[in-house]
Amino acid sequence: MNTRVAIVGGGPAGIRAAERLVEHGLSPILLDEAPRIGGRIYQQLPEVRGFRRDGKALYGFEAGKAEDLHAAFARIQPQLDYRPGTTVFDIASDRLITLGDGRREEIAYDRLILATGAMDRIMPLPGWTLPGVFALGGAQIALKHQGCAIGHSVVFLGSGPLLYLAAYQYAKAGVNVAAVLTTAPWLGLGANLLGMAAQAKTAAKGAYYVAKLLSWRIPVIGSVRPARIMGRDSVEGLEVLVDGRLRQFDCDAVALGYGLKSESQLAELAGAQFVFDRAQNQWLPEIDDHGRAVGRDGLYLAGDGAGIQGADAAELRGRIAAGALLQDLGIALKDAGDFGTLKRWHRFRVALEQAMPFPSHLAADLPDASILCRCENITAGEVRAAADQGLREINRVKAATRLGMGRCQGRICGIAGAEVLAAKLGVSVDSVGRLRAQPPVKPVPIEALAGDAP
Amino acid sequence: MKADVIVIGGGIVGCSTALHVARKGRSVILLERDQAGIRASGVNFGGVRQHGRALAELPLSFRARAIWADLASLIGTDGEFAVTGHLRLARQESDLRLLLLHMQGASLYGLKLEFLDRAALDHRFPWLGPHIIAGTYCPSDGQANPRLIAPAFATAARKAGATLVEGAEVVEATHDGGVFQVAVRDGRRFEAPLLVNAAGAWAATVAGWFGEMVNLVPEVPQVMVTEPAPYRFQPVLGVIGGDLYFRQIPRGNVIFGGGQGRANADHTRSAPLPEISARAAAEAARIVPEIRHLNIIRTWTGVDGDTADGSPIVGPSTTTPGLFHAFGFCGHGFQLGPGVGAVLAELLIDGRSDTDIHGLGIARFVGRR
Ligand SMILES: Cc1cc2nc3c(=O)[nH]c(=O)nc-3n(C[C@H](O)[C@H](O)[C@H](O)COP(=O)(O)OP(=O)(O)OC[C@H]3O[C@@H](n4cnc5c(N)ncnc54)[C@H](O)[C@@H]3O)c2cc1C
Repeated sequence: MNTRVAIVGGGPAGIRAAERLVEHGLSPILLDEAPRIGGRIYQQLPEVRGFRRDGKALYGFEAGKAEDLHAAFARIQPQLDYRPGTTVFDIASDRLITLGDGRREEIAYDRLILATGAMDRIMPLPGWTLPGVFALGGAQIALKHQGCAIGHSVVFLGSGPLLYLAAYQYAKAGVNVAAVLTTAPWLGLGANLLGMAAQAKTAAKGAYYVAKLLSWRIPVIGSVRPARIMGRDSVEGLEVLVDGRLRQFDCDAVALGYGLKSESQLAELAGAQFVFDRAQNQWLPEIDDHGRAVGRDGLYLAGDGAGIQGADAAELRGRIAAGALLQDLGIALKDAGDFGTLKRWHRFRVALEQAMPFPSHLAADLPDASILCRCENITAGEVRAAADQGLREINRVKAATRLGMGRCQGRICGIAGAEVLAAKLGVSVDSVGRLRAQPPVKPVPIEALAGDAP
Repeated sequence: MKADVIVIGGGIVGCSTALHVARKGRSVILLERDQAGIRASGVNFGGVRQHGRALAELPLSFRARAIWADLASLIGTDGEFAVTGHLRLARQESDLRLLLLHMQGASLYGLKLEFLDRAALDHRFPWLGPHIIAGTYCPSDGQANPRLIAPAFATAARKAGATLVEGAEVVEATHDGGVFQVAVRDGRRFEAPLLVNAAGAWAATVAGWFGEMVNLVPEVPQVMVTEPAPYRFQPVLGVIGGDLYFRQIPRGNVIFGGGQGRANADHTRSAPLPEISARAAAEAARIVPEIRHLNIIRTWTGVDGDTADGSPIVGPSTTTPGLFHAFGFCGHGFQLGPGVGAVLAELLIDGRSDTDIHGLGIARFVGRR
């Protein structure tokens, strides 16, 4: 059998998908931007002599899972065409356009599994572009991957389970965590016990991190209203409203993040359709229960790139998407996948999003002068002015203001931009549409793009 | 609903026509399928050049250039229009002949061009690549931001009193007893004694309703932009052969294009092709080698219509009195747009125009079929 299957993403979803394909005799191509597999959560240290930390220190509770995944990869690697350090930046109907080692390459495929993961979801606040402000995920990677902290004294601001985990990891590594501040009420631990019960163990871990942080006398405060990050040339402190009273925290770094958003640009270029997911408050590629992209034969999506459900679910979803692909090739399977567990993850995720929601309500109060799009220096006021001129759709606002036209192509500002526009218009965020993806999904040097083109 | 004039299509051509008609005190309804200014007119490369045009277009192009010079007084913004010059480059001996031929012809019309041999190029534009052998330079050409200008024409038309109806796709138009009956997909009907076909890449369908069959081929130019870099390259660049165009804006981004992307069957969606990006990037890096390390951050496309001889169709219908066409701009109608509206308004209302467009009539295609 020589169906060419390409998998983009070497995290839990991508590895488990590859593993299942290999079990059935296929030899997929596995492409990953990172130099080593593992994805964000099970990311491995750079291969530098003398730079080592044990699994327990790196992955905490998840050390066993990380080990399993790395071992699974080691088992199947001989059967894979594995391409580390390779960024897929564009997709045609039958081939991927990649950048690796500064070189452009085209990789033909018949079927494609995208397991492209997620990135931080940001809601800006005044001062968020000061040096010393990091995305929460970025702060975590600095610690895990490089073994360094983003500052001496760090405030964690945002919502979502990663907030407590990252703060815990920082504190445990000996960094002074000045405060952990969340916009979620009850620290996001209160609501929807039934949904949380769907994955009681994971819910308990969240509570454990919070308890630990409190036991170390780190202020952990819920229902805050972020006011501003202060500092002249870099971060010097942060102000939030707690119960209507202004409170100030000294720090030299801020880790900022309100949950995750799917990295779905490649799915769009590959031809996926999008639907707005109310629970997750974001546009997601439309898939069937098995991860098949609706309306695009031969395309499969797995893991957080197709809606945030976390690492454990990603492993299941990788296997399920690979199963769907095998079935579509006419290969009979004994089991389709662990749908029961997946359903529980889904319920858990819905509960989590309810308990720790993206703070859409902050968009209305973001001061006009605050920068929304940091690549192009576009303020909230400019977006509102565009709305005043009658623009009601985010791509039109992009054309008028340059919001989302810079290096990140709206990956960072797109969500908040839509929220600010929707708040100004008094409509729900889905009705202002979604920024369309345009190639390249990451910046590519002209020289590399040209490759050996005539 | 009735008016003196109905315009089909809300690109720069349709909107400038509606604007000029309204300024002449006549009532005008513009019907636009989607939103005004979001098609070719709002996404093009932004080159504003007279240089290199077929000679028959030059009078219209000059008329347009005069309007560009004082755009703000007409539409309330200069749309970042800047007179940076346009440099047309020869890459091989055979290009040289074409360069000189055009220089000669254009000078008869009064367009001032400077010939620059390699030494002169080295002196003025030392960043040009080694395979360039010569160029002609048009100091009065420039560039502008289409994202701002196309919607600004729509806004200005509205302010001048034109009725812009968006989300109104015209599905049928007939001429009967001196009036045009125009039907929109949702059932609304409009009526006027004068009709303008400014439906861009889709205008051949409209012309066909009146028995004028023109073969209009979709053209899907593909353009890309880099991250900002220090401002260094002033003139807009073009080449003999048209396979590359290039400009830098003062905020630093370099914008260049060449080759064609793909469009769906009804040309309402288009997308870039990776191999075209690669080829354009390669040629851009040959023409301006210094840019080779810059990052490309975005690629896009839009759809225009190509006629058989590479020049647009502007002027009265050959079959139907009161009908005027303005389409088939072959990838270079952005510069012409403001002029087309002014001339058409004169033809519609005054019955004549001092701007010579006789070489652009639809007769040159429909007669010979
Ligand atoms: C990528 C690109 C780069 C370009 N670069 C340059 C350049 O550098 N310099 C230059 O001078 N020119 C350039 N051009 C060409 C220029 O953009 C076009 O020639 C010009 O914008 C044409 O204007 P228009 O109003 O005819 O077309 P459009 O802007 O396409 O407007 C036509 C309108 O008609 C509407 N329409 C169609 N059918 C119907 C219907 N049945 N009912 C109602 N509405 C209808 C459409 O929705 C559309 O809005 C470029 C074009 C592209 C695509």
